[in-house]
Amino acid sequence: MNSSKKQIWKVISASSVGTLIEWYDFYIFGSLATLLSEKFFPSTNPTTAFLATLATFAAGFIVRPFGALVFGRLGDIVGRKYTFLLTLIIMGGSTFLIGCMPTYQSFALAPYLILLLRLVQGLALGGEYGGAATYVAEHAPINKRGYYTSWIQTTATLGLFVSLAVILTIQKTLSKEAFYDWGWRLPFLLSIFLVIISIVIRMKMDESPMFSKLKSEGKISTNPLKESFAKKDNLKFVLLALFGATMGQGVVWYTSQFYAQTFLLKTCGLESTQTNTWLGIALLLATPFFVFFGWLSDKIGRKGIMMCGMLLAVICYRPIFKKLYEICDVKNRIEATSTITTSKKINPNKAIDSLIIKTSNIVFTDSSKLLLTETYSLEKLQININTPIDTKKQITLASSYQWNLIGYIFILVLFVTMVYGPIAAFLVELFPTKIRYTSMSLPYHIGNGVFGGLVPFIATLITLMPGSNYLSGLWYPIGVAAICFVIGILYLSSKSVKSESQ
Amino acid sequence: MNTIKKYLGIVWIFVAVAALFFLVQSAIHNIKPNGTLDINKPMPWAIIIIVFTPISLGFMLFGWYVLKGEFDTEAIN
Repeated sequence: MNSSKKQIWKVISASSVGTLIEWYDFYIFGSLATLLSEKFFPSTNPTTAFLATLATFAAGFIVRPFGALVFGRLGDIVGRKYTFLLTLIIMGGSTFLIGCMPTYQSFALAPYLILLLRLVQGLALGGEYGGAATYVAEHAPINKRGYYTSWIQTTATLGLFVSLAVILTIQKTLSKEAFYDWGWRLPFLLSIFLVIISIVIRMKMDESPMFSKLKSEGKISTNPLKESFAKKDNLKFVLLALFGATMGQGVVWYTSQFYAQTFLLKTCGLESTQTNTWLGIALLLATPFFVFFGWLSDKIGRKGIMMCGMLLAVICYRPIFKKLYEICDVKNRIEATSTITTSKKINPNKAIDSLIIKTSNIVFTDSSKLLLTETYSLEKLQININTPIDTKKQITLASSYQWNLIGYIFILVLFVTMVYGPIAAFLVELFPTKIRYTSMSLPYHIGNGVFGGLVPFIATLITLMPGSNYLSGLWYPIGVAAICFVIGILYLSSKSVKSESQ
Repeated sequence: MNTIKKYLGIVWIFVAVAALFFLVQSAIHNIKPNGTLDINKPMPWAIIIIVFTPISLGFMLFGWYVLKGEFDTEAIN
């Protein structure tokens, strides 16, 4: 391997490892959200419940795009290297502090500090991606930008995979009680070691050659925000990048990776270890395709691949999610054995009432198992209202369904690899070097943080509309991806690389 | 083709206005004092509408640029 090739791989690994850690840090909070709510945001307290909602919505919707502006500006003035080093330190520090935070029961200010740290995490994430993508792209030869930047694109999915793997490993190693008491802190504390290693690696790297050249010639932008968003010639491309690419990419990314997980867990009632393990396998199997489509985009152009991924998602989402539902549906299964137990407890919300809990353990002929827990109000039963006040179902599928289900999730993630693999190179090539970090970061984080982040909220909204069913929530990502596809097809050019000097 | 592309600008402006209208109307319809879901709470709606308003304005501006023929010649990449 010659020295320039060695150098580019050093650049890719230094950037990718750091970005992966940032995604890991961001995801562990999301993956442990239910537990963290109990520790820091008890729902019985209206103030902490309010703070929990704020942590969920503000971190993605407001702070990420804001971080893109703050760090994007910094990166275009000070340089890429120091800016994305700073975002890594901020992210690692706040994640570590979350792991150290005493719970609400022993420290009343904990919910406020957790909220603050979560917002800081969102801010750092908003600055990291643009820096890493720009840094790698500016080191890469023009004809290999798609391939080299696609390594950065693998980090978001790998970050999710690593976070799931770390949490599952700790959960399996510790007892349920130990994990609930203190084990949940380990994924957060572990982050600090990874961050320190990554900081050391990044410190040794040089500034991007394109930025250094610009700086030595005194041509860096003095006001990147103004040049990016106040000048029509650049603003129109920021808008095109958002509405013709990142908006659709964001919803496809979110739907295939996160909504699929929620759909399996909540709508299908699939057991959580099975859901997370199979999702993890599908993510791992699909990850090389980020690199493949990045490489392919150098050969045939970025637009065709991204638009193809978006169109496939629009067409296939409903059939694939329907298939996932059918695999988990117990209607077509034949019952082999069943045991029913009932218990009684005081209704915590109404002292004069009691709750009758009926637990059915059903084993089907194909070895799948259903655990159905129905809760009845004794008070209502006495006046002949026989409908349960709460029903929880949990299906554990027979192992024979494993590859079938992984296959469908794999196809969903494949759509992500098509839209996401080439997008870093696409965004980098859309903007000039001196305002690149600022200009590309904002559409990326609005597309992913806002349009992508809205998927669960709008999906819930749609499912509450009259006449909706379990697939109705998909109309939001399908609609957004369809609009983005039309805009992309009509207004983006298929030329693979901008001819001007980047 | 350029004419169709140009006049689709009106559609994008309409979509931007309609999306914002849909959000505000949904917020009014779904915020409930005793609701337990996120869509029943005012805070998520406030954040979403505050964030989405400039995005919607951006989409209107995009539609306006399209209508003015700013994207007639093929864009970069």
